[in-house]
Amino acid sequence: MRIVLGKEQIESAFKKKVEILSNQRILSCYQCGKCSAGCPIGYEMDYLPNKIIRMLQLGMTDDVMKSKTPWLCASCQTCTTRCPREIDVARVMDAIRIIAQVENRSPVKEIPIFNQIFLKSVEFTGRVFEVGVIGAYNFFSLNPFKDIPLGIKMFLKGKLSLMPHSAGNLRGLFKRVREKEKRSAVSDQLL
Amino acid sequence: MYKVAYFPGCSLSSTAKEYGMSTELICKDLGIELVKIQDWSCCGATTAHITSELMAAALPAKNLLWAEKQSLPICSPCSACFSRLKLADIDMKRDARLRADVTEVMGEEYKGTIEILHLWQVIQKYGELKPKKELKGLKVASYYGCLLTRPTEVCPDERIEDPQFLDNLVISLGASPVKWSYKTECCGAAFSLTKTDIVHKLSGEILKDAREADADYIIVACPLCHSNLDARQEEMGLDFRIPVLYFTQLIGLALGYGYSELGMMKHFVQAKGLLNSKGLL
Amino acid sequence: MARIGVFICHCGSNIAGVVSVEKVVEAAQTLPGVRVSMDYKYMCSDPGQNLIINTIKEQGLDRVVVGSCSPRMHENTFRASVERAGLNPYMLEIANIREHVSWVHSDNKDAATDKAIKLVELAVAKVRRNEPLQKMYAAIEKRALVIGGGIAGIQAALDIAANGYKVMLVEKEPSIGGRMSQLDKTFPTMDCSACILTPKMVAVAQNKNITLQTYAEVAEVHGYVGNFEVKIKKKARFVNMAKCIGCGVCTEKCPSKKTLSEFNANIAARKAIYTPFPQAVPNIPVIDKDSCLYFATGKCKVCEKVCPAEAIDYTQEDEIITERFGAIVVATGYDLYDHSRYGEYGYGEIPDVITGLQLERMINSGGPTGGHVKRPSDGKEPETVVFIQCVGSRDDAKGKPYCSRVCCMYTAKQALLLKEHYPNSQAFVFYMDIRAAGKGYEEFVQRVQTEYGVVYLRGRVSRIYEKKDHLLVKGVDTLSGQQVEIKADMVVLATGLEPKKEAQNLAQLLHIGYDQNGFYTELHPKLAPVETQIAGVYLAGCCQSPKDIPDTVAQASATAAKVGALLSQESLEIEPMISEVNPLLCSGCRMCYHACPYSAIEMEDKEIRRGDVRCVAKVLTSVCKGCGVCAAGCYCKAIDLKGWTDRQLMEEIGVLRYR
Repeated sequence: MRIVLGKEQIESAFKKKVEILSNQRILSCYQCGKCSAGCPIGYEMDYLPNKIIRMLQLGMTDDVMKSKTPWLCASCQTCTTRCPREIDVARVMDAIRIIAQVENRSPVKEIPIFNQIFLKSVEFTGRVFEVGVIGAYNFFSLNPFKDIPLGIKMFLKGKLSLMPHSAGNLRGLFKRVREKEKRSAVSDQLL
Repeated sequence: MYKVAYFPGCSLSSTAKEYGMSTELICKDLGIELVKIQDWSCCGATTAHITSELMAAALPAKNLLWAEKQSLPICSPCSACFSRLKLADIDMKRDARLRADVTEVMGEEYKGTIEILHLWQVIQKYGELKPKKELKGLKVASYYGCLLTRPTEVCPDERIEDPQFLDNLVISLGASPVKWSYKTECCGAAFSLTKTDIVHKLSGEILKDAREADADYIIVACPLCHSNLDARQEEMGLDFRIPVLYFTQLIGLALGYGYSELGMMKHFVQAKGLLNSKGLL
Repeated sequence: MARIGVFICHCGSNIAGVVSVEKVVEAAQTLPGVRVSMDYKYMCSDPGQNLIINTIKEQGLDRVVVGSCSPRMHENTFRASVERAGLNPYMLEIANIREHVSWVHSDNKDAATDKAIKLVELAVAKVRRNEPLQKMYAAIEKRALVIGGGIAGIQAALDIAANGYKVMLVEKEPSIGGRMSQLDKTFPTMDCSACILTPKMVAVAQNKNITLQTYAEVAEVHGYVGNFEVKIKKKARFVNMAKCIGCGVCTEKCPSKKTLSEFNANIAARKAIYTPFPQAVPNIPVIDKDSCLYFATGKCKVCEKVCPAEAIDYTQEDEIITERFGAIVVATGYDLYDHSRYGEYGYGEIPDVITGLQLERMINSGGPTGGHVKRPSDGKEPETVVFIQCVGSRDDAKGKPYCSRVCCMYTAKQALLLKEHYPNSQAFVFYMDIRAAGKGYEEFVQRVQTEYGVVYLRGRVSRIYEKKDHLLVKGVDTLSGQQVEIKADMVVLATGLEPKKEAQNLAQLLHIGYDQNGFYTELHPKLAPVETQIAGVYLAGCCQSPKDIPDTVAQASATAAKVGALLSQESLEIEPMISEVNPLLCSGCRMCYHACPYSAIEMEDKEIRRGDVRCVAKVLTSVCKGCGVCAAGCYCKAIDLKGWTDRQLMEEIGVLRYR
């Protein structure tokens, strides 16, 4: 357990990206740990949220990228609400996840898979088609029989339909968003 | 009649059908006209904001734009949808560049002139609530979850660590709110499918605290909270069951609607026995 | 023709590192009236000052410009040098080429040099129009007012009195003693707070030089250093102080017992007629009109009936007295942060979440529980107690960014006391950093951990959950990187210090400043820590910033020394740079009269020429602060500010215009 520190680590490009994307100042954090104290999912994390912020302060890019912590964030906003330094910690976690997905460096596989399937459903039908999303997710995450009993019960209660409700597809919008992001990323050298 | 642009959200046409049914039913009685947003589309949910900043704003913007064109306040019964709509609005107001980008991909500008409300706010502000039945003897734990009051900006006037509005509603219906301290704890929402064990633990603790506080029922204002607390309750290995109702269903009961009209048979944990024993059906 | 000398200071490399001093010297040489221009490494040093003095004498100079740091720093130094050389001290101008040039333009040395030259040029232009000014003198009222009767005010009053000056000590509460009288023990020596404080309180009461005004507040302040006129409101006590013998029967028999005791931090009730605590000075009760049955219903009068001295007087009214003082000491102390703004800690509504001061009152044997710690919900003796530090301190989100300085220590003390009283108890302390910089403090905190077994956990608590018979505290220990859950019987919040609610009002009465947190601003944070920007008004104790008892006492004594130095003077020197009215030009429009923030302008009937009597403005020389508002506002150009005359300013503007 040793890190090498120098100007290069402290001024890491990754930290800057996170700061810009989240619109937060990482150096504001004085490491009180209140975010970690209240995190409902802290017990599952490899590093508590305050450590993620600390590692960002020290430019430990690889360690942050390898950590499962950002991927366990439920976006419940508890940390954001209680941070005495008024850092929006949840947004910092969002920023890390966005960068990791763009750079294809996510340490967990199932959540990016879920995200892709979810967004595909929105792209093609305008809304979320549950049965499709669950089925595809279970298939791609190699756990095809997960939640089947619950799904059957839901179906029997009339809570799931086998056909998507469509609001018209959003392919045009998705295409424009992707193009726009590519252009800004090039012009900012951000992502 | 008070008119709002109605954004039901994806869950209300599937896992939370009964929330939609009860909402539409009671709003008529309360003098609220729900104008369904034409071709409303998904708000993007958690997925969008952990995947792309622009997408997280653009998806809500599509719906906000429609409401703005009709000059109607926009209303969602889903806490997550409400949060996404509200935060997209706040972000676009705070960040001029994001707003310009959204304008570019949408082809029109969202000016930010409309009110963005959760269903409870609409009911509280504009609903004319005249209960026909007093829900006497009902001990209710009001569960607010995360996104109804957090972050502070979405609900600036409320005591966010101990919100009261649902409790006040419970009182106005003649029932008794219980005092408990887990009313804003996270149920594990977004992990319902991907990390179900987390949901079991977090939701289980919420249910236990409500039980300790002697609640007969939990009321919620979010379809995701509901499915975690209700549909997954059986999987948690608890030695008790506690019915979870939508707050709209509670209002519906006080307005005299029946069990199945309010879609209550769609719940996994049935409330019928208890309601019968209290003489409320 | 003027004979001006220009002296440019390098200030080591502070100025010379950015500004090309040679170029400035060279440029100054060519300015009209300049006889000599030179530079030196440190002009404020003895050799530097001697250089100025000798050059004035050798060259027969009559005016001097020094290019150096801000006049705030060294104007008086150089005025004294000029005076020693035989010139009027006001024949000097300073060009500030450090704060205004080298420190702010280090990124562009050429432009900095140009700006320095320009500033020297302006100073030369101005000094050409300087006139000799004479210092003035005013009498001093040899008496001090001390506002606030806590340990700071008590110490200041005693020290001023010991110097032989009269003091009036004004205290808002019915007794002096302040916060220190509420404390049980004092860290790190564990002296009993009351035992070391009460002798001082008694000494105040017995000192012939000190007049005590309790249950009184400052209402108005006029005048200036050496000559303040202060109106003091004595609140109606409804008890005749001359007759009362302090027997306490009235308090005992009073039937009203619902009001919470401020002295006991609201954990117990007090009567409507009460003394805050048994050792009160003076030991004379007051009737709190708001909780008195007689004042509410017109019936009762029990206190009157039982009083053996016939001291109860329901007809008393508030009284205003006017007093004159030469100096004022402000020692108004602090309030504790109201933790009802911490929703995550229960909005102040969870009974078993108490403040440090409340624990202090419980654990004090003279307190309402007789020294027993009982949790408010059920009176049970708590076994596991969690202390949370930095509540209302170091918390930007709650609007309190500063460190309250004493909480680390008082928490350690309370944890120790708890363990001493209840050996079976276990205390946990959540902290962010332990700030124990006083004498013996660090050793104390170590002892609390190693000898008393108090467990320190590094991290803030996120939330306190109220369960059926206990509290669930969810915190973190960032050192082990673990979330921490503690089943606690009671939680003690180390609430931070903030200025008294009335502090800003008083600041406005006194014209003194306060910082963004509401603490009074000292004249200089390092070199004038007890003075304010208003001459004759001094600070002591927590009204200036949070501090512990030793620092407060030291500061109070320092303030007393300053007051002594002021009052010991025969008369008071007044700066001559004040406004002057030319009655020939004055139209009597009263513009200046209304504009003056110090009420230093009077209107008087004056015979301008023989037989021509008009109402014109007149400057009260000892009140005028030389701010120049009147001169700027005068339509007739009848007012000039000496040392900053229109002619001087026009010369400077001329330089800027023609170049």
